[in-house]
Amino acid sequence: MTASRLQHTISSSVVFLIAAIVAYISFTQEPADAFLFPRLIAIFFVSLAAWNFVRAITGVAKVGAGLDMKEFKNIIPGLAVMLIFVFFAAKVIGFYLSSTIAFMLIFTLYDPAPLNNGKAWVKRLIVTVCFMTVMYCLFALLLKVQTPSGILF
Amino acid sequence: MEFLSYFGGVFEPTAFLLLLGGTIGGLILGATPGLSPTMAVALLIPFTFHLSPTQGLILLGAAYTSTVAGGAVSAILLKIPGAPANIATALDGNAMAKNGEGARALHLSFLSSGIGGVIGVLLLIFLTPVLAQWALAFGPSHLFWMAILGVTVIGSLDSRSFVKGLLSGCIGLWLSMIGFDDNLGAQRFIFTDSLAGGINIIAALIGLFAIPQVLDMFSKGRNSSVIEAIEVPKQAFMESLREIMRSGRSLSIGTIFGSIIGLIPGVGGQIAGLVAYDQAKKFSPDKEKFGTGHPEGLIAAESANNAMVGPSLVPLLTLSIPGSPTAAVLLGGLIIHGIFPGSDLFDNHPQVAWTFINSMLIGQILMVIFGIYTASWAAHIARAPVPIMAAAVMVLALFGAYSVQQSMGDVYVMLSLGVGMFFLEKFGFSAAPLVLGLILGPIAESNFTTGSLIANAQDGPIIYFMTGTLNLFLIVLVVASIGYSFWSNMMHGKMAKAERATS
Repeated sequence: MTASRLQHTISSSVVFLIAAIVAYISFTQEPADAFLFPRLIAIFFVSLAAWNFVRAITGVAKVGAGLDMKEFKNIIPGLAVMLIFVFFAAKVIGFYLSSTIAFMLIFTLYDPAPLNNGKAWVKRLIVTVCFMTVMYCLFALLLKVQTPSGILF
Repeated sequence: MEFLSYFGGVFEPTAFLLLLGGTIGGLILGATPGLSPTMAVALLIPFTFHLSPTQGLILLGAAYTSTVAGGAVSAILLKIPGAPANIATALDGNAMAKNGEGARALHLSFLSSGIGGVIGVLLLIFLTPVLAQWALAFGPSHLFWMAILGVTVIGSLDSRSFVKGLLSGCIGLWLSMIGFDDNLGAQRFIFTDSLAGGINIIAALIGLFAIPQVLDMFSKGRNSSVIEAIEVPKQAFMESLREIMRSGRSLSIGTIFGSIIGLIPGVGGQIAGLVAYDQAKKFSPDKEKFGTGHPEGLIAAESANNAMVGPSLVPLLTLSIPGSPTAAVLLGGLIIHGIFPGSDLFDNHPQVAWTFINSMLIGQILMVIFGIYTASWAAHIARAPVPIMAAAVMVLALFGAYSVQQSMGDVYVMLSLGVGMFFLEKFGFSAAPLVLGLILGPIAESNFTTGSLIANAQDGPIIYFMTGTLNLFLIVLVVASIGYSFWSNMMHGKMAKAERATS
């Protein structure tokens, strides 16, 4: 089995699993009236997911290039920063401070300028501060959005 | 001519400022490669939450119009279409810029976008009330089938694989059912506390359209290759205006094809631009010049992709079926303000509907003025560094999702859906049908429930939902959209097989 076919098989299995769970919950939960529409949708969902799964196993499903490992490795650091921000930092150290750090980290991680370049650091700092100031003015002052403040800001 | 009495609303200070801001912001976002119109509109929705429905729609409409036109800048100067709608623009536009005619190409592009856009909006003005009156005859069974048709049309026509398109629609319908069912008092598919209130449409839209693009920017890594933008020499505007006046053939081909394609639900601007380009080439005496920097190709493509914008809103505003993925996001923007498309919109909220449509007409003119004014420094916009854009879109998405209900739960939902969509897109699934399922799911379900109650008091659900001229017509359309897509997928597969065999 080629890498692409394996990837398609895995992705279609995940979708089929989700469809099966949706169908199981729809047909076992009460009150039945509340699950009438979900049951109707679940029938189509499972049928299409099964069809897609069979197409993937037999190698017919070729739409979508699949995941390139090099691209995937490039995504991991940025995704990690996003996940840490959303599930941890925003509530603990504060929404504005953590988003400033996240902005700076992502800019640094994907900036082609070398890490020992002083000018690049100054540019990163200025861009981050300017952007976050605009965000603060927009959301805190104009729209009056109350963000989690955490232990800092 | 009812629309004329609502023109004043467009020129109210706040509304006009929003129109101006949406147009300029849309032009900048459109000119930036990697930021699609759909994502731009999705990111703007949280801001409209704090505005009146009319003001919110004016902002979204202006952004929709000008991002499509702004996408031409990067297509012409960098050969990177700012939006899928600008693919055909890059074919001749970039060649013109390389020949030292960058300013001429930008002028022609904005002028043809403006002319096509105005005609498209006029079509919207005159067709919408007629269709909205027709929609008055719709009962719950018809509205149920209309919602299903919306999902299947986009699912089958907007996707590369019709199975995956329809599956995306099913995922969207399932997501729309998550949460507490107020009518029957049941909890459905609530796996975590963050889902207790259901999936917030705005958070979902931001996640589904913005996060995959952020991850896509991440996937390029620390790319040090600098995009070479072509310098734009100055060009007299009147010269460009005279040239566009002489380009009646390509302009009318682009406008006609763009308008017709815009009216077909599910078919986007990308197809409009390419079809118009192809037809302009067929009808031109200078066929061989196309692709080498011929203005006719550029004019046809740009007039088509903006002529498509107005008509793509006709099925949206009358029948709740969006003509394009961006129109689907606009539907979300309408629904969060408690306004439902169809006769309700024109009978109960005429000021909202007509002021919004009129603002799109004025927006086209503003787009041309500011587009041409910014043409000289457009190259700088188009060269915005990818890491800054990735970080900025990410932070905007996080703040936008949070600000809707000031809840971290929405941010979790936004990020989870976005990351999930990124991986699904890698395997041929698409966000547009999923969003349609999410938005039209509650409309389909509420009409299904009401219809079932009526059916139980009459002749039963099969007769109620499956008989009657309009029901049968809609069912035929649902089956035909799936059948056509199945057939075209098969033909595409056969052609690919034959090509492989011959090579």
